[in-house]
Order: sequence, then structure tokens, then C-alpha cells
Amino acid sequence: MGSLTGLLFAGGLGFMLLAVASGLDFGAPPMLIGSEIQAHAPQQTGAANIVTSVVLGYRAIDTLGELSILFASAVSAGLVLGRRHTTAGTQTKGGFILQSGGSLLFPLMMTIGFYIIFHGHLTPGGGFQGGVILAAAFFLPLLARPGARLHHKSLSLIEGFAGASFILIGLFAMLEGKAFLQPMLIQDTLGQLVSAGTLPLLYLAVGLKVGAELASLLSRLIQTEAPQ
Amino acid sequence: MSEIELWILLLLAVTMLSAAVMVLLVKNHIAAVAAASVVSLGLALIFALLRAPDVAMTEAAVGVGLSSLILALALRRLGLWRLDGSKTKTNLLEHHVENRDG
Repeated sequence: MGSLTGLLFAGGLGFMLLAVASGLDFGAPPMLIGSEIQAHAPQQTGAANIVTSVVLGYRAIDTLGELSILFASAVSAGLVLGRRHTTAGTQTKGGFILQSGGSLLFPLMMTIGFYIIFHGHLTPGGGFQGGVILAAAFFLPLLARPGARLHHKSLSLIEGFAGASFILIGLFAMLEGKAFLQPMLIQDTLGQLVSAGTLPLLYLAVGLKVGAELASLLSRLIQTEAPQ
Repeated sequence: MSEIELWILLLLAVTMLSAAVMVLLVKNHIAAVAAASVVSLGLALIFALLRAPDVAMTEAAVGVGLSSLILALALRRLGLWRLDGSKTKTNLLEHHVENRDG
């Protein structure tokens, strides 16, 4: 009964949104900033992927806020989940397919994760997507062999180093007399792997931070069992 | 947007809506998590069709992979990880109390 009421509510909300949306004219946005960024982003930041030039160039402080939200949520999840349970590690191992598949997929997933991070300024994707793939790569062996442990100390070292370097790059731009996190260094040729100045470095920091955070969160989740 | 893309979009939307209704109606928790990830997968495909590859990649990595993984691990931690759909007890608390006793 409760779910039926929910369905009715969702249907009514959808109808209302449809009625509102039918009054809008799509394809003619009232704001001018989108076309402005599309026209000038490649020359100003040197990144072929305009989304990256927005995320790390025009709206870099938003990205910093996003990173700190992620950090706060990972820390609080670790706090709630608490200590490793005593029964962790006594669970049954994964089957043959999971074990050998995990070992086989690990290098491939690392490769594609770093590929997505390093090409964030050229092709779709970037630090967040690649970082999630890196975290999944480190989580897969844990799923196959429940006794294995991730080295939390080195993970938190990587995370802290990446977060600090993101802010340090921003402060370095201020030392040069520019705005905080403003893109700098030589832009080079548009579309080359080494181009767009500091944007690839920023995305590398984002990817390492996201990957380390999510890997430690997932390993904490899998290593704390339900009370028997 | 061509005719065939419009039909694919419609098919994806119907699949997503039915998967979303399944999340509400299905009794088995693991099946509900799987259906929720089907919704995210359809959304990722729609983003890709609408030429937003960045968002599609994020949705595929976070929505399909990570969030369903976290939900499944949370099920395991709560002791609700069972493959046979339990017909009688669907309440989270009841399950937990039953686990404590046994």
C-alpha cells in the first residue's frame, strides 16, 4: 500500500515536471556563459576537453569543495564502521574464476584507470572516473581473497599527499601573481599528451585522492562483518 | 537526433522505469540492488546517446559499479545477504534481531 502511494506521488510529480518542461524552449539557454566558454576555453586553458577546462580551470574551487566533501564522507564512514571485526578473514575464499579473474583484471584495470586520468584533458573522463576504476582494481583482489589486507597507512599517505599537492598547485599560481588555482605553465600544442599546463597534474592529484579514499572505504566495508 | 536514436531512448526509458518499479516491489534485497544498478546503467547509456560522454563515464563508474557495490556490502554487513527471497520477514530490524538470536 505504501509503495502504491509512493508510485502515485512519483507519477504526479513526473506529470508536473512534464507540464513545466513543456513550457521551456530547449536549445536556447538564457545564460550566455556556456557559449562564451565554448568559444574561448581551448585558447585560454589549452585543454582539448572543454569539460576538463571548466572543472579544473573556470570552476576549480568547486572541484576543491567536491574533494573535501568526499574526504569528509570517507572519514565519517570510516568512523562509523569502526574497527576490523575479529571474524574478518575467516570467510570462505572466492572461487577459481573470481581468484584468477581478479589477478588477470588487476593490471588491465590499473592501465585503463591511469589512461583515463592522464588523458583527462584530451578525451572524456578524468580524475574522478579514473580514480573510481583504480579503487575497483584494488578492491577486486580483496573480494577474491578475504584474508588479504590493504595497507591503510600508505593509502592515507597517498591521499594526503594528493590533496596537499592540489592545494599547493593552487597556491603556486597565487605566488606567480595569478588567481588561486588559475591554470599556468606552458600550454603547448592543443591535443598533445603534454599540454594544458597544470590541468593534467591537478587531475592526477584528484585521481590518486579519489582512488585511495574509495579503496580504503571499500576495504573497511568488506572487513567489518555483521555481528554473529 | 535520428529516428532510431529516439526509439533506443524510449526503450531505455521503459527499461529504467520498470527496473525502478522492481526495486520497490521485489522482496529479495540483492535483487533490489541489482535492479537499482540497472536503472543507473540505462541512465549511463542515455547520457552517452545524448552526447555527454563525461557524465556517462561518471554514471557508469559511480552509479553502476561503486554505489551498487557499497549497497551490496552494506547488505552483507547488516546480515541481509541471502540469495533465497525471504517471504515472511521483510523488515530490516526483524532480520537483525533474528540474526542476533541465532
